[in-house]
Amino acid sequence: MIPFTRVEGRAYPLPFSNIDTDLIIPAVHLKTIRRSGLGQHAFEALRSTDDSVFADPAFRGAPIIVALDNFGCGSSREHAAWALVDLGVRAVVAPSFSDIFASNAFKNGIATVELDHAAVESLLESAKTDSIVVDLESMTVTVGERDHFTFTMDPFRRDCLLAGLDEIALTLSHDDAITAYEQRMGI
Amino acid sequence: MSERPRTLYEKIWDAHVVERRDDGTCLIYIDRHLVHEVTSPQAFEGLRLAGRKVRRPDLTLAVADHNLPTTPRIRGNGGPLLIEDPASAEQLAALQENVAEFGVPYIDAIAAEQGIVHVVGPEQGFTLPSTTVVCGDSHTAAHGALGALAFGIGTSEVEHVLATQTLMMKPSKTLEIRVDGELGFGVTPKDLILAIIGQIGTAGGTGHVIEYRGSTFEAMSIEGRLTVANMSIEAGARSGLFAPDEKTFAYLEGRQMAPKGESWQRAVAGWRQLVTDPGATFDRSVHIDAASVAPTVTWGTSPEDVATITGFVPSPDSFTDAGKRDAAMRSLEYMGLEAGQRLQDIAIEHVFIGSCTNSRIEDLRAAASVLKSRKCSDRIKQALVVPGSGLVKRLAEAEGLDRIFIEAGFEWREPGCSMCLAMNPDKVPPRERCASTSNRNFVGRQGPGARTHLMSPVMAAAAAVNGRLTDVREMMGDIGELAA
Repeated sequence: MIPFTRVEGRAYPLPFSNIDTDLIIPAVHLKTIRRSGLGQHAFEALRSTDDSVFADPAFRGAPIIVALDNFGCGSSREHAAWALVDLGVRAVVAPSFSDIFASNAFKNGIATVELDHAAVESLLESAKTDSIVVDLESMTVTVGERDHFTFTMDPFRRDCLLAGLDEIALTLSHDDAITAYEQRMGI
Repeated sequence: MSERPRTLYEKIWDAHVVERRDDGTCLIYIDRHLVHEVTSPQAFEGLRLAGRKVRRPDLTLAVADHNLPTTPRIRGNGGPLLIEDPASAEQLAALQENVAEFGVPYIDAIAAEQGIVHVVGPEQGFTLPSTTVVCGDSHTAAHGALGALAFGIGTSEVEHVLATQTLMMKPSKTLEIRVDGELGFGVTPKDLILAIIGQIGTAGGTGHVIEYRGSTFEAMSIEGRLTVANMSIEAGARSGLFAPDEKTFAYLEGRQMAPKGESWQRAVAGWRQLVTDPGATFDRSVHIDAASVAPTVTWGTSPEDVATITGFVPSPDSFTDAGKRDAAMRSLEYMGLEAGQRLQDIAIEHVFIGSCTNSRIEDLRAAASVLKSRKCSDRIKQALVVPGSGLVKRLAEAEGLDRIFIEAGFEWREPGCSMCLAMNPDKVPPRERCASTSNRNFVGRQGPGARTHLMSPVMAAAAAVNGRLTDVREMMGDIGELAA
């Protein structure tokens, strides 16, 4: 996994709450047996509108999304995280995330950054014209000299993101404990 | 040992901690892993690339459900029919190759036991009280109906469980949803869970595990509990739990994969202890009076957009929150509805009875009790019944339910996820409207541009008869007889 330290660039402003995983990637695109190639279908329903930020060349390759509450609700499909990775997104900033999406994002090196409503509203405005910096080392989101917000993140997730850690290798290093548990429980 | 009173969730969690890190992250043992064709190919590929194997194939069970067409699957000569969509066929082939290569038990697509993974798990006795159950599907929450701590995971976690039989997690908060009293005539577990989601919102349970408590849930059948627990995720909660009771044990006893003989007796004795201790506290509690719940439908594009069938499409201006107002405006535009419109005036063209929420035998009996001696309205272009499993289908046929559906104008299909998420050929066309017993009314969920109204099986059946959203209580009032 690519370590996440600092990401700078444009951010797609998506001023909606409850952006669900069907909207991020519709089920018709889940038939792939690969992780790559889903970016072209990300937010398909939003792309079809004329004023879509996804149609605006200024946002092409933007590494950040700014959105409102409960981002990623709905299905457990990791394809949503893969689609964002394939689109070039490395960080999503929102007031809240669905649990499963946040976990999937983290496993794919995407930082889910929670900020309060006022901060997110300000970033949604800034994102229309300016670049945004998400820095996981200093735990800040900044826009030039104007905006400066600090966030918190689960320390385990932060460490894994910063190191780009393979979680399975980490768990397999505890194989003895797993075997001992199985023996103790008679499983 | 600590004598601190614990909730049901805490008891199951504590019993599955393999290791606890200083930061509170725990390595949790997974007892049961269900695998399907959509969220597993990349996980098996990951194992292959890293040279890893499946740690406990014996605790894993694979079955295809999402992609399978629901049209007949067996040729005249007894062989399997080919799947026309090449991408679906490739995904199914990948599952077959992966289970063979990694030695994972597999229910074949033409086996009688095939079905939707969340119908199959309980039906086979693979899901048991006190176990941890995962699957790469958010509706895994359903298995909580049997007192299992069950939750949906992403594909990286599927790979993690395949390789290690564990997951790295932090404990969740607890949310008690207490409902007491009797549900009224024509009011079903589906109406209750829709009402709960309407009250607490689609993010109301985020970060929490729900425990459903109170006399209403105690009186509820296992099928009804499966419907309720299934939609916990629509309230934001990864898991929803019911304490196992005599109904649970009666449902599981004798099932194919459930313990037998002495080990069954021992297991039941243990499961009887699996209740929230008196004095244990929940992080949050919500109380609802069962008598206040009426037949409920959705009007918008989020499962929290609910209204009782006697109501009206709300005006976006009725929402004080600016974000909700904006969302309601977009929902109404997508749904092709006007604020203030009577819900019972909304005409429909499609009916879908099925999905992991409402495709069990009790759901089919209930819908059939409405359709008996009735016919679909001429407005209806397509009405599908998709049983949750081959075993449900056989049982329904033995009871003659298939005849009732077919005579009413429904198509009687093979088991699968079908029109719930439109991955297979079962889709609602753009701008057409479906009365659906499934779980999500998201934009494009049942097909691009499709308009979904979620409801119970009896309400979907009533809508089929009238060709519009209908209060089933009025339709059945003269008979007063609905199957449980």
